[in-house]
Amino acid sequence: MAYFEVNKVFKHFGGLAALSGVSFGVEQGQIYGLIGPNGSGKTTMFNLINGYFPLTAGKILLEGREISGMKPFRICQLGIGRTFQVVKPLKRMTVLDNVIAAGFLRTESKIEARSLAEEIIEFCGLTRQKDKIAKSLPIASRKRLEITRALATKPKLLLLDETAAGLNPTELDEAVALIKKIRDSGVTIIIVEHIMKVIMTISDRILAINQGVVITEGTPKEVASNSHVIAAYLGEDYSA
Amino acid sequence: MKENAGPLIVLGILLLFPWVITDQYYQHLMILVLMWVAIGSGWNLIAGYTGQVSFGDAAFFGTGAYAAGLLAFKLGISAWWGLALGGLMAVVIAFPFGWICFRLRGAYFALATLALNEVMRHIATIWESLTGGMVGILLMQTFVSKIPYYYVALVIAVIAVVTVQLVMQSRWGYYFVSIREDQDTAESIGIDTHYYKMISLCLAAYLTGLAGSLYMNYMSFIDPHIVFSLHDISIMAILVGIVGGVGTVYGPAVGAFVMVTVSELFRTGGFGLVDSVTKAIPYPAVMLAAKYIKEAHVFTFGVLVILVILFLPNGIVGDWPKLRRGLLFWRRQKA
Amino acid sequence: MDVFLQTLVSGVLTGGLYALIGLGMTLIMGVMNIINLAHGQLMMVAMYITFVLFHYLGLDPYFALPVSCTFLFFLGVFIQRYLLNPLMQVESILPENQVLMTVGIGMVLTEICRFIFTSNYKSVPNPYSSPTFFIGGISFSKAMCTAFVLAVMFTVALFWFLLKTDLGRSIRAVAQDGEAARLMGIDAERIKVITMGIGSMLVAAAGTMLMPIFYLFPDIGGPFTRKAFVITILGGLGSTVGAIFGGVTLGLAEAFGATYIGKDYEDMIGLIMFLLVLLFLPGGFKRLTKV
Repeated sequence: MAYFEVNKVFKHFGGLAALSGVSFGVEQGQIYGLIGPNGSGKTTMFNLINGYFPLTAGKILLEGREISGMKPFRICQLGIGRTFQVVKPLKRMTVLDNVIAAGFLRTESKIEARSLAEEIIEFCGLTRQKDKIAKSLPIASRKRLEITRALATKPKLLLLDETAAGLNPTELDEAVALIKKIRDSGVTIIIVEHIMKVIMTISDRILAINQGVVITEGTPKEVASNSHVIAAYLGEDYSA
Repeated sequence: MKENAGPLIVLGILLLFPWVITDQYYQHLMILVLMWVAIGSGWNLIAGYTGQVSFGDAAFFGTGAYAAGLLAFKLGISAWWGLALGGLMAVVIAFPFGWICFRLRGAYFALATLALNEVMRHIATIWESLTGGMVGILLMQTFVSKIPYYYVALVIAVIAVVTVQLVMQSRWGYYFVSIREDQDTAESIGIDTHYYKMISLCLAAYLTGLAGSLYMNYMSFIDPHIVFSLHDISIMAILVGIVGGVGTVYGPAVGAFVMVTVSELFRTGGFGLVDSVTKAIPYPAVMLAAKYIKEAHVFTFGVLVILVILFLPNGIVGDWPKLRRGLLFWRRQKA
Repeated sequence: MDVFLQTLVSGVLTGGLYALIGLGMTLIMGVMNIINLAHGQLMMVAMYITFVLFHYLGLDPYFALPVSCTFLFFLGVFIQRYLLNPLMQVESILPENQVLMTVGIGMVLTEICRFIFTSNYKSVPNPYSSPTFFIGGISFSKAMCTAFVLAVMFTVALFWFLLKTDLGRSIRAVAQDGEAARLMGIDAERIKVITMGIGSMLVAAAGTMLMPIFYLFPDIGGPFTRKAFVITILGGLGSTVGAIFGGVTLGLAEAFGATYIGKDYEDMIGLIMFLLVLLFLPGGFKRLTKV
């Protein structure tokens, strides 16, 4: 029984099968990568795990407990945090307030929430921006805010949805360093990424999907040399 | 403490008001202002802070008014119990209200609240055995002087403002604003959005219902058209909110004062100024103008809404920096 | 049976006119995403114009159509251009500002009409000497029938316009995806202005044709705006075909409600239908057809 398990999950939108029979397991403390071309179903998978969409069939379990069918806020309470691919900051609130709002999940006291928020902001390197209004932040900081906010809910499992997209090389390295730091602090991570350099270097295991179906699963090295994966990304010509 | 200096001074003035201004008419106006502070604060909670723009607050006002009225009229319970119970009854109504409306988002939510407002009004009109239908409820006034009513209204207004102040600084406040800013994000950080929207609505309903019961006791007469009025109550509440400043603690207070003043200014023709002018200059043109000024208050409201939304979308309090710059600019130009 | 048929006829005829009101509103909602709470008030303006033309020029209401439609077209254009389009730029906490703006506009329009015409009821007498004709045992109001036929003509013309002309296609493009339309070179702002004009024009036609049947007073706008919403939501936002179904359905519901339950409940029926549809059929009838 894996720490976090996705079991034969199907998701249909009307006639469109977004996910068909996807299964995988994540061990505690792993960084688990999810790759696939655009439209392959990665974000849908996150939306299912998070509770935004109901499953058409299958189960999702955290620590052996079935979470599929629960509401998003409940799933968060149980320990799953998430960032959004298109960042969703609480625009008119400051960075600090954004994180305090998240911090209130684990405590009723404003003082505690505030100190937790400041601690996590420090951990993620946003201290200098903490009093800025979220709306005014550049994209790299907004992405970092997404992560910071999710961390403030003290998750056991963190879902990172394309946190590296749109960053320049320096910002990219900083983001990777942060992700590793988060894993080292005891949080399990599932990461969706398009930037191969990022996902291949930090993931312990990778799941490759295409058009809602699992192509292969394994270590980064295994997946990178898999002909089906190459075909999916680069076309049939390259896989031979 | 310094930031509270202004409001505390205003509070001091308000406390002394009825002893200084003894004209019953102005006391009446202030009672109305205070009542609207409460209603506006309630609306501000659910709409300005939680982002659920309700067009149906009259449903709570009317429920509070009728609860107080019926308890007094049919059961002979003192009107003062009716005050507290009016607020509670409004909260009871808030449950089905929220259950129906919160499934919908944005403009659909607004429309649903509007529809529910009208449904309540029709029910109150048709259910004659309970409410007396269009005949309404008539009570004996407890006090002859307006002063006791004034202080009750003041207490209610203060409760409203203080409640908003305290709530918004608390966990609830953070949750409300999170819901407003991005409901999906709020859910993803563990906020039970449905639950907190209901809490916000219940608070709003309580404050508005309280105002309704006050109205019943003070005016002694209500009927469905008055207390469930879409235009005079629900939309007025929205105007008080936006003119004063959405999402600010003191916005509704400022808005209430402005709106009641504007309304009366027109209804009475500059508090009688127009009449004096007409007496001094009895030309037909002047008299005609006077007559039309007196009937123009709804027109002015409409124009005010348009202007505020275009130029001061965050209200007088919210857009205060912008407003100040505008006024100073105007003054400098004159010099 | 006769009563049933009579009610049916009455409902369908009224429904035809309601459909016009709904078409205007659904067009506006589909293209601009605007909830126009002044829709009924626009209709009121058209009705007053019709009244004025009749009383001072002796003009038959049906001939007043071109005048009221043109006037309302430009009024709609004005409103969209100077009052609603600018709101897109304004940064504010509440997204519902445009709804409130239309409330303000509605108030201003109502009060201007009250100022000019007073609150007294006005009417235009039925232009036909014998107001009804009979088929079988059922009476048909001539005025309603003429209105119904004209409404159908307007609807057909609208569909032709939307489907066959470039401007119509541009409007549909903006309704489907404003950004994409802009990228294709369509001036979305101009399209919105024109759409508001067309929407106002449609409701003006409905108003002019309803003039011989209803009493006119300044507060008549409110109930009609509400009806417009019920129709639009019933049919599915942005669905022109849906608006027709919605209009006829509301007409029938009101007619049957009035006959079998009682006149008092007429408004309530509309409201309750509205809530039920909002809750259980959020896509309107359009949703049903997709299944």
